[in-house]
Amino acid sequence: MTTYDAIIIGAGHNGLTCAAYLGRAGFRVLVLERRDIVGGSSVTEEPFPGFHIDTCAHRIHGLHPSVTQDLSLNNHGLEIQHPSSCVYAPNLDGPPLTLWSDPARTTAEIQSFSSHDAQQWPTFVTFMAVATRFLRTMYDHPPIQAPRPKMEDVGTLLRLARRFKNLTKSDRIALLRLLPASIADVVDERFETDILKGALGAAGINGIMQGPMAAGTAYTFLHTHVYSPPGAIRATLFVRGGIGGLATALTSAAKRFGVSVRTGAEVQNIIVKDNRAVGVALAGGEEITARYVVSNADPRHTLLAILDPANLAIGDTRKTKEIKFRGAVAKVNLALAERPEFVGASDEERLHGTITIAPSIDYLEHAYDDAKYGKPSGELFLDITIPTLTDRSLAPNGKHILSATVQYAPYHLKNHSWNDDTRDTLGNHVVETISQYAPNVPSAVLHRQTITPFDLEKDYGLSEGNINHGELTLDQLYFMRPIAGWSRYESPIRNLYLCGAGTHGGGGVTCAAGYNASRVLIKHAKSG
Amino acid sequence: MLRTTPFHAKTAPICQAQNWRRWAGYVVAGSYELNHDREYYAIRSAAALIDVSPLFKYVIRGPDAAHLLDRVVTRNVAGSSVGQVLYTPWCNDAGKVVDDGTLSRLDDNVFRLTAAEPNLRWLHEHGTGLQFEIDDVSDSLAALSIQGPMAREILSTATDSDLSSLRFFRLTKATIRSVPVTISRTGYTGDLGYEVWLDAGHAEVLWDALIEIGGPYGLAPAGMLALDIARIEAGLLLIDVDYVPAFKAKIEAQTSSPLELGLGWAVKLDKGHFTGRAALLEESNRGATWKFVGLEIQWDSLEKLYGSVGLPPLLPTEAWRTSAPVYSSRGAQVGYATSGCWSPILKKYIALAHVNTAAATIGDRLLMEVTVEHHRKKAEATVVPTPFFDPPRKRSFTP
Amino acid sequence: MKTQQFDAIVIGGGHNGLVNAAYLARAGLRVVVLERRHVLGGAAVTEEIYPGFKYSVCSYVVSLLRPEIIRELNLARHGLEILPLESTFTPLPNGDHLVRWADHDLTRREIYRHSPRDAEAYDDFGQLLYRLAVAVKPLMSMIPPDVASLHPRDLAGTARLGKYFHGIEPSTFYALHKLMTMSSADYLDEWFETEALKATMAASGIIGTFLGPRSPGTAYVLLHHYLGEIDGAFRAWGFARGGTGAVSEAIAAAARSYGASIRTEAPVAQIITRGDRATGVVLADGEEIHASTVVSALDPKRTFINLIEPSALPSEFRAAIDNFKIRGSSGKVNLALDALPEFTCLPGTGPHLRGAISISPSVDYLEHAYDDAKYGAFSRRPYMDILIPSLIDPTMAPPGKHVMSLFVQYAPSDLVGGWNVQKREQFGDNVIDTLSEYAPNIKDIILHRQVLTPWDLERDFGLTEGNIFHGELTLNQLFFLRPASSWADYTTPVRNLFQCGSGTHPGGGITGAPGRLAAQRILGSRWT
Repeated sequence: MTTYDAIIIGAGHNGLTCAAYLGRAGFRVLVLERRDIVGGSSVTEEPFPGFHIDTCAHRIHGLHPSVTQDLSLNNHGLEIQHPSSCVYAPNLDGPPLTLWSDPARTTAEIQSFSSHDAQQWPTFVTFMAVATRFLRTMYDHPPIQAPRPKMEDVGTLLRLARRFKNLTKSDRIALLRLLPASIADVVDERFETDILKGALGAAGINGIMQGPMAAGTAYTFLHTHVYSPPGAIRATLFVRGGIGGLATALTSAAKRFGVSVRTGAEVQNIIVKDNRAVGVALAGGEEITARYVVSNADPRHTLLAILDPANLAIGDTRKTKEIKFRGAVAKVNLALAERPEFVGASDEERLHGTITIAPSIDYLEHAYDDAKYGKPSGELFLDITIPTLTDRSLAPNGKHILSATVQYAPYHLKNHSWNDDTRDTLGNHVVETISQYAPNVPSAVLHRQTITPFDLEKDYGLSEGNINHGELTLDQLYFMRPIAGWSRYESPIRNLYLCGAGTHGGGGVTCAAGYNASRVLIKHAKSG
Repeated sequence: MLRTTPFHAKTAPICQAQNWRRWAGYVVAGSYELNHDREYYAIRSAAALIDVSPLFKYVIRGPDAAHLLDRVVTRNVAGSSVGQVLYTPWCNDAGKVVDDGTLSRLDDNVFRLTAAEPNLRWLHEHGTGLQFEIDDVSDSLAALSIQGPMAREILSTATDSDLSSLRFFRLTKATIRSVPVTISRTGYTGDLGYEVWLDAGHAEVLWDALIEIGGPYGLAPAGMLALDIARIEAGLLLIDVDYVPAFKAKIEAQTSSPLELGLGWAVKLDKGHFTGRAALLEESNRGATWKFVGLEIQWDSLEKLYGSVGLPPLLPTEAWRTSAPVYSSRGAQVGYATSGCWSPILKKYIALAHVNTAAATIGDRLLMEVTVEHHRKKAEATVVPTPFFDPPRKRSFTP
Repeated sequence: MKTQQFDAIVIGGGHNGLVNAAYLARAGLRVVVLERRHVLGGAAVTEEIYPGFKYSVCSYVVSLLRPEIIRELNLARHGLEILPLESTFTPLPNGDHLVRWADHDLTRREIYRHSPRDAEAYDDFGQLLYRLAVAVKPLMSMIPPDVASLHPRDLAGTARLGKYFHGIEPSTFYALHKLMTMSSADYLDEWFETEALKATMAASGIIGTFLGPRSPGTAYVLLHHYLGEIDGAFRAWGFARGGTGAVSEAIAAAARSYGASIRTEAPVAQIITRGDRATGVVLADGEEIHASTVVSALDPKRTFINLIEPSALPSEFRAAIDNFKIRGSSGKVNLALDALPEFTCLPGTGPHLRGAISISPSVDYLEHAYDDAKYGAFSRRPYMDILIPSLIDPTMAPPGKHVMSLFVQYAPSDLVGGWNVQKREQFGDNVIDTLSEYAPNIKDIILHRQVLTPWDLERDFGLTEGNIFHGELTLNQLFFLRPASSWADYTTPVRNLFQCGSGTHPGGGITGAPGRLAAQRILGSRWT
């Protein structure tokens, strides 16, 4: 029987990142994945013959640059595509709006809506760059242990202080006001065009059970921009060959460093001796020991389901139970016989990024209004991608794939539950909504896959179907993520670490959480 | 209106003193007679009937009931036998006492827990992944305590069950006037005594039966004032008085661990995980900083202090609950007494006190503050083991 | 044109202006208070609108009037008597009710009736909030530092703030962080299951804000109740004998006793600036009054937009004031009653009528009320906080008759189509209709009705947009961001011009704290 230095539970992108770094540092690492493929929620599957679909996550906003570099992911087949279009926002009541990755082009585009807004745009882009650069300093390191920072926080504190000092006073003030603000207030203060405000507001509510008028959604907006290419607002990036290509590249890089990856290996239990994790037990009964156990699963699933909760102090159990998950997102994937024709999309280039159905802040807020009473939105907010427009290899010749993130589809339904009927109703509703903007879609649908929050929990192991392993809201960020007191990738059980999206840096496909977790663990291992 | 207990219809008319006290949101008699002396002596010399219904009571059942309780309390629940009653404290994560009570094993998978404070939520929080259910029977279950040397005879007359073989901290099922009851040999007096548990609907029948049968044996209803003296003599802790339950503490320093309360015997560190275990293990290795002791205030010292103002010792007739500083013989404060009384049976002035572990071992002489004619004085006190009064009849049985 | 010389002019005779004037006068300054109306008190007034019946027209409870103000200004000697409100009674549409009494055992019993677990949680919750209140209290009496500034003087303030946080127990700090960032509904969901309890507690978090119970940032107001307890205040909520105006009268009497002059019907038209400093004011009739210090107790919009030449203010500051959110969200109905209302769910004239009566049956009820307001309508079923002051203080109405005060939310200032007399009466009818669902006899016992919408509050009481707190109490408008970063320490960009109203830290309600802290700042004592 082999003993490992570290076992990683779950081969999501963060788990694989962590594994690769540990391997690179000389650890003997074993990654255990429940499913038969790696990737977790960042997988490309073939649910319908010939269609290679990003079933769950379908786009990225940017990867942690060190990860790409340190692991030479490009040499392992990773190719990131940067479409020139970030967001295309169609509108039933007026002309559509495109946000380009080139700010000047966007300014010109906005000019036709409002010269006031066009004038504001460059300032906004610059300020967002300032704000995200500041945040990146936070994201590149484990959280400071507020309210009483320790020795290991000094470096981060100094870096943050320096960043803050280098801002102009008005930027400092603007940043202080921005962090707790609602995205609605942020865009209302700057812009007057509804379609622009809607397209921006959409990024503030991604994956959370809050509307754009909720305080903290400005931060959620910033979160999706931390690793985005500078200057691009709502940048949409793709992995060539499908998002699963990221996990494939990470796996390949990890294997180079001697990491073993086993799929079809479900961890049923974390073995604890004297409050110390010493290994895992697989569903089949096999036990594997290791010096460290690192979980890429979400914190609730890790601490209350895989781990026997009796190992936890009641205070930590309570905190873990209190993590807000309440998934808000469903996913609909369509295999299409032809290219969707979006009304007003004068040229295809506009559709290369995300097509966002979010015509105004009020539209989004109304969508949330339904969800907060436990109903799927009457008028849905959709973030759509058509990856086949830029990557023909994904579907049979002439055919297309349309992937839609659907919000709000609350995990907790009032008076209903998620089942085949409600899933179908939602799927129909999504196609119907799309048809208002792209009338040819319904008749072009060859196959439809609808993944409800309930399915996300069941099939992808996401508690309450939350794609971010816990809501990205102010009360669950930074030193509060995943739970207060355990924000530095450690857990109440010694030698049990967390590296998933539920930890700081996580939420979205950036690999930052896995990267930070690996560095903390390597440091701990070195210091004994 | 505060709630009244299932015995209220019986206790109200005989409560001459109109001395009512609050207990867990109920009103109960402080004393029935204008003076509580006779009620105290009933406990020690004959038998007393005490309404203890205001206790919080939970019935926990299910395949994991024992497992759940073992996660909560400090004593070994899985190792208890059916019919056994455990006195046990339970703690928070920091190993500080949250509450204390008795845990009765009614069946393999059925337990009854009594508590001074509501604990339903706390119990449920420990249940992640376990199969069990909890019934809050606080209102539906009446409890009547019969305490004193004649208690066994009275109860034996009232019931068909044989109580002579019922051991201390064991329980049995019985019927009294065809009312099904559970009788546990437990109590809060440190004397021979029983607690009778029954459906609240039959409470008055039980009361009448025991009053009728017990009358010739000198049975008297007793209130909280008499009970308070008896429990101090027995060295039994009172929540909110002798310790602050962890959830009510405003600051950490107000909390106490079971080791600091003299309950180390009830903490089973080797039974596996329970809430507070890690902290208690550490404390047990390190040694508790505080200990909970009995103090016997020296009579000659009291006589001297009072004598200096021309008085004989004047002591309160009721148990007191105000904190009194305790000093070393050199005058440095080493702790504080939390309750005390004049013990009518021992003819001693006694107190229960928290003292620094280092400062006091049995037999040591300390000083306790007393107020003599509006002036603060220090009376000599000896550290003594508790219970102060521990009659053999408390535990005796016929095997 | 006569000219008078004072050391300080206080614009606005509301309670904060009067507190400020009293402290300045007490320190030996020659002070004049200039009040536009014929009565003192601003929004804290008692008026006999209908003969024999005294209404606390706007503000109706004394929540957190600082006990140190009562002590230091000897307000009891000047006639202030605060009577405790005994209970909070929530009638429910299903015929049940929930009452929280002053007595702990009674409250526990009552909550237990709804949920045994909640009864237990209620005590634990109280313990936690007590701890948090102890932790927060120093902030409430701290002059906010300028954390965006790198000036050594300001850095010292920031460092002190850092030290303050460092001194907080981590577990308390985390709990506080959650409280500050979460919605009251989410926060209470972690503790309770009884809808009426959650809603009634959450309601205190939305009073005066343009937020719903599910909006992040509403939880922290839950602290207010507990802040009262540690302050040595008899109870958190009280009613001033003689109505709320009696508070203002007592403070005015104190101010006069220290030599302050107080002028009513003296509306200030403009603040005179010379160079970069304020030198006095011009009244509407042209009278000029000069002083070396000018203090405004008006809200920031009124002070900086209406009373000062735009050129006297830096453009960044003006932008900040423009962006300062001050949307009004509440209305007020005052009734003269021939008899007491009879609630179907708890008939009779028992003690439940002597406290607050809260129409807040469920969190959804409140959230629905907010939904209406969000889109510019008044709530069809509003949240109401009702008092019958004549039961607490019989002098408020003729013997056997009563006055009733109904605080109503939501009534948005930006009502679609605008407010007018007709809509005001519709709003009033809607309030009475809602109340009559719980107390059917109400319509038969009304002798007189006064309805105040945000429109009226602005017109009659000078509250911009009818906002009762001089600006919304949202996360990005609190503490060092209130009303604007760098100008949260009661100073303004105009030298010798200060602010002391609810638009400054710690904000609204009859606390007197801004007035007192501003006086400290003016008198040059940075820290006390």
